[in-house]
Amino acid sequence: MSLKRNILDLRKRKSEVLKGGGEKAIEKQVAMGKLTARERILYILDEGSFHEYDLFVEHVGRDFDMEKKKLHGDGVIIGTGTIHGSPICIFAQDFTVAGGSLGLMHARKITKIMDHALKMRVPLIGINDSGGARIQEGVDSLAGYGEIFFRNTLASGVIPQISVILGPCAGGAVYSPALTDFVFVVNNISKMFITGPSVIKTVLGEEISMEELGGAKVHAEVTGNAHFYAESELECFDQIKKLMAYIPWNNKQKATKIEPQLPKKKTKIENIVPGDPKMPYDIRDIIGAITDDSEFFEIMELFAPNIVIGFGRLNGETVGFVANQPKVLAGVLDCDSSDKAARFIRYCNAFNIPIITLEDLPGYLPGVDQEHAGVIRHGAKILYAYSEATVPKITVIIRKAYGGGYIAMNSRHLRADFVFAWPTAEIAVMGPEGAANIVFRKEISEAEDPDAMRQVKIEEYKEKFANPYVAAARGYIDEVIEPEDTRKMLLHALQVSANKAVSGPSKKHGIPPF
Amino acid sequence: MTEKKYETIIVHSAKYLTEYTRKYRNRPIWATPDENLIYSFIPGTIIDVHVKAGEKLKEGDSLLILEAMKMHNNVQMPFDGQIVKVHVKPGEKIPKKHLMLEIKPL
Repeated sequence: MSLKRNILDLRKRKSEVLKGGGEKAIEKQVAMGKLTARERILYILDEGSFHEYDLFVEHVGRDFDMEKKKLHGDGVIIGTGTIHGSPICIFAQDFTVAGGSLGLMHARKITKIMDHALKMRVPLIGINDSGGARIQEGVDSLAGYGEIFFRNTLASGVIPQISVILGPCAGGAVYSPALTDFVFVVNNISKMFITGPSVIKTVLGEEISMEELGGAKVHAEVTGNAHFYAESELECFDQIKKLMAYIPWNNKQKATKIEPQLPKKKTKIENIVPGDPKMPYDIRDIIGAITDDSEFFEIMELFAPNIVIGFGRLNGETVGFVANQPKVLAGVLDCDSSDKAARFIRYCNAFNIPIITLEDLPGYLPGVDQEHAGVIRHGAKILYAYSEATVPKITVIIRKAYGGGYIAMNSRHLRADFVFAWPTAEIAVMGPEGAANIVFRKEISEAEDPDAMRQVKIEEYKEKFANPYVAAARGYIDEVIEPEDTRKMLLHALQVSANKAVSGPSKKHGIPPF
Repeated sequence: MTEKKYETIIVHSAKYLTEYTRKYRNRPIWATPDENLIYSFIPGTIIDVHVKAGEKLKEGDSLLILEAMKMHNNVQMPFDGQIVKVHVKPGEKIPKKHLMLEIKPL
């Protein structure tokens, strides 16, 4: 009898806590177009797989009458479950409970599940929806953030860490997502900033809306803080599940291999690329003509679109693509695109994902703004990341590979394992126009018709150097291949590289140009 | 593809057809600073203007007080010279990069 009573008592206690912030607060959450924390978890995880912990944790605030307040679960839900049948750890801040504000016990719940994820070597997904530090708990809440940041750093490169911004994430709180691998944002719902619009207005007189300052679009397109942008929470959850299918569960594993498929696209690769190297095309059409089922899962689609990064599969196995995009800014490297590519290369390297580089770029973007924004140190990141990477690294030079861009895009000299070139490749110190102007300066200026002479000299240079054979003669490229054979060559190169083993000098860590 | 209107980017004398990003369009365009134009370096309120047009001053002389973030910033004459024109008056709220004074060296 009494046992039965104990169980009923447990059920009563549970149902009380599961109400979160109560009906009114949940109504408000729904009115903002948001799902509740628990609904979000259930959508992301496999059906029926979620198990919650620390349901009965209570806050420890004793000042400002906080001791009289009951905060269910202290504003955060933690637990484990599965995605695609494999276990993961997850936490979700509950905005309906004290605005999801972070106090000592709230932070302890998060760090508990983080420790668990790292120990068990399973991915961690964090859903952020919080007004920020719980001011009433003072320095305890700062301590909480610090403990989270430390663990984010500790787990970096060991387990995948995913941040989903589904509400405000302001002040110090933004640094946890910034330390994780992938950040997901949703239009009209995600808000991230260090200093909010009202403070900015007061101290600087600059007027800006929350959306313009730190909305989803801004972070996906301008700042590069977000990697995936969705129009709705449900679309966002689908993106998360899709991403999880491409990546391994920890740094000791490889991504799950699936049934190999042929590319769907019938387009002949050679019909995609215009013969004139100054004309644009969409590099993603080439990727689609190479990958299994023509699938390409693009990352950071809106930020620095002059370089394209993302996952695809070759023979059922995940590969990372880094590709110059001639369609946007002629595919130049600049501060943002270098930053974007370098970080992705390091992600692939940390998680045993081979990197395929598709190259077609005229060089670095000229301009005072670029130089002053530090294109030297940003550009150096891409050199560092490629050089450091020890996963299989394969390059296909499609058209232009000029100057510093040629070196940076996983050249032989940075220890690419295979470098293939299409017969349309131009591997040279710069394009024919620029080179002719310098090499034949005298002939051009002294000619009766300098413009005609310039054209003659450009053609002469083009004939001699704008091809893959000078580089092939030095062994800098391994093979000049027919475009139609690209997939075949990549599959073989990956097969050969499957047991690749290289090691560098022993060191604590390098000093990348962060 | 030929119907689409493309922008151009020039790298090493070669002109490439391509699209621009919003960020590229909004990039700051460099202009050599004119040392005879004194702009506000921060948004704020003009508390006091100490000079009038035609006045001759020495380097370091106070020109005006600009209050921003609760601080009174004393804006000084960068070199020996003369005031050409005063564009602000006390009490005026100004944004960042607002032209406050025109001066010329003597």
